[in-house]
Amino acid sequence: MRIAVCIKQVPDTEARLRVAPDGRWIDEDELKFVINESDEYAMEEALSIAEKTGGEVVVFTVGPERAKEALRKALALGAVRAVHLVDDAYQGGDAAATARALAAAIRREDVGLVLTGSQSDDVGYGSTASMLAGHLGWPHAWLVMGLDVEDGSARVIREMEAGMNEIFRVSLPAVIEVQAGINHPRYASLKGIMRAKRKPVDTPSPGDLGLDPSALGAAGSQIEIVDVAFPDSGAGAEVLEGDPAAAAQALVEKLRNEARVL
Amino acid sequence: MSNQVWVILQHRDGKLHRSSREAIAAGQQLAAQIGGRASAVLLGSGVGDLAKEAAGFDLDAVHVADDGALAGYTPGAYVGALAPVIGASSPAYVVAPHTYQSVDFVARLSQTTGAAYVPEAISFEEVDGELLWKRPILTGKLHARVRVKAAGTVLVTVQSGAFSADSAAAGSAAVQDLAPAALTSDRELLGVEQVGSNEVDLTKADIIVSVGRGVGKPENLPPIEELAKELGADLGASRPVIDNGWLPRERQIGSSGQTVAPKLYLAVGLSGAIQHLVGMKGSTCVVAINKDPSAPIFGISKYAIVGDLHEVIPALTEAVRAAKG
Ligand SMILES: Cc1cc2nc3c(=O)[nH]c(=O)nc-3n(C[C@H](O)[C@H](O)[C@H](O)COP(=O)(O)OP(=O)(O)OC[C@H]3O[C@@H](n4cnc5c(N)ncnc54)[C@H](O)[C@@H]3O)c2cc1C
Ligand SMILES: Nc1ncnc2c1ncn2[C@@H]1O[C@H](COP(=O)(O)O)[C@@H](O)[C@H]1O
Repeated sequence: MRIAVCIKQVPDTEARLRVAPDGRWIDEDELKFVINESDEYAMEEALSIAEKTGGEVVVFTVGPERAKEALRKALALGAVRAVHLVDDAYQGGDAAATARALAAAIRREDVGLVLTGSQSDDVGYGSTASMLAGHLGWPHAWLVMGLDVEDGSARVIREMEAGMNEIFRVSLPAVIEVQAGINHPRYASLKGIMRAKRKPVDTPSPGDLGLDPSALGAAGSQIEIVDVAFPDSGAGAEVLEGDPAAAAQALVEKLRNEARVL
Repeated sequence: MSNQVWVILQHRDGKLHRSSREAIAAGQQLAAQIGGRASAVLLGSGVGDLAKEAAGFDLDAVHVADDGALAGYTPGAYVGALAPVIGASSPAYVVAPHTYQSVDFVARLSQTTGAAYVPEAISFEEVDGELLWKRPILTGKLHARVRVKAAGTVLVTVQSGAFSADSAAAGSAAVQDLAPAALTSDRELLGVEQVGSNEVDLTKADIIVSVGRGVGKPENLPPIEELAKELGADLGASRPVIDNGWLPRERQIGSSGQTVAPKLYLAVGLSGAIQHLVGMKGSTCVVAINKDPSAPIFGISKYAIVGDLHEVIPALTEAVRAAKG
């Protein structure tokens, strides 16, 4: 079985973030970029299913030139091929526009299962993959914490709120949206990294996929970001100043005598 | 285009979810904004009593799809019931709570109907004659304001706690039947289970020291455990700490973990994403230790130390020890 995995390259938000001068997004200049967290878990899930069932993994991404680095990493982990929707027309889309592009690229392949993350750590729509499933006409499941692929169907464990899971079966092919924590992602081996350099990366244009560019990317989106800002932190916390020892002492004093919780 | 606002209600075990009342409040405010009226939509099987409960709010109507295929939630049957009526009535907005159930089918409903979808809205405001929606980005570290460019119905899921359930206005609404077409479910439901063991109950803890991804690696946990011991506190964690296997799943706090309300909640190297905050915002006194002064956790904290946790934690353990004398 061929398994498609959709990965997105996102800014590593460990660094201090700044709003870009035009106010419409963060300043990406000095940021590192990484594979979206839940997508790494999707990648691991795909590799382990492929190993068990004798299948292969193909990775898909919509993203600018820099996203090639994310694809290389996925190839180093064990994907056999990558499809990079890198044409300008694909970029800056909302979930609906990105799903349309991914669906067209995946439809060209004989895919038995699509694995994705549940939510991107940048725009966080939580909906691209379910929309992709809609285009393909396949069942989907969001927030998947357990997956058992059997003949023609899959047993799915899906997270609910408050520490409960629901369990159900879906028919295959399906789009399974993996939640972080489902497995323990592997690291790429040196051999894998070397091999990745020779693995093919296909870059189909909208025309190749039979897509009208005006239905893609920013132009084809239904929603758009007007501006971004740091949340208004309300009253805010009382910051205890000084070196660590002084701040710690001041905190203990406040907790005992002001808040009276110690 | 109508100026109707529909609110999709979520329920479990014969009760309206608290988030449904928040969605009703959001729908009522939105209807007032656009000069329309809000109605509720209830999907399920044998939900007559729930319909009566919903009819106690100030709504135009409660539309009920009562069908055996809706007894358990599946996206196939939910989208099958909703897509045709949204297509036929073209409400201006369809509002649902941003829950693990709603997001699972609303995204699909958007694709099926072609209606735009604004996920996880926190608020809306009118700016120069257009409605802008505020929603979190970058796991809550920033907010974005978004506009809807597309014409037609707009689907919105509202974040937990963004609209007050208590502000949902009471009234009396007519219950109307919404006869769905033949529905097919796309999941064979097998059951529910509890995650992890029941062994750790953080809900009764007086003091919780909660560890976030900022701890860096499991080798850095012992000083934090020492502080917890000195304070007589239980250890909690944000999701990435659990996902990475640094602490067991039973210690996860947040929307998919435990909901706690201790006297003192010490958040260490934890940014304060909404999925974490919903699990601990009822704490009496929140203290945050974080190196990033713009971390959202400071917004709900009483006291803060801005600095490197690896330096602050040992100092704090010392200070607690010293204070005990
Ligand atoms: C459907 C869904 C459900 C979820 N459920 C949950 C849930 O139940 N619980 C939950 O917690 N999350 C949940 N999440 C994840 C959530 O969105 C956040 O990603 C997560 O809470 C972030 O964890 P964190 O604050 O530990 O990590 P980060 O956001 O990475 O924050 C780390 C923080 O540590 C600080 N830091 C780094 N190094 C240091 C240092 N040396 N000293 C001091 N500070 C430092 C940084 O400034 C930063 O603020 C869920 C997500 C989804 C999509
Ligand atoms: N640009 C993209 N390229 C490939 N996959 C994507 C892209 N955007 C979103 N996805 C997939 O859809 C999931 C949900 O993303 P989102 O809807 O943005 O929260 C991600 O975890 C990815 O698996």
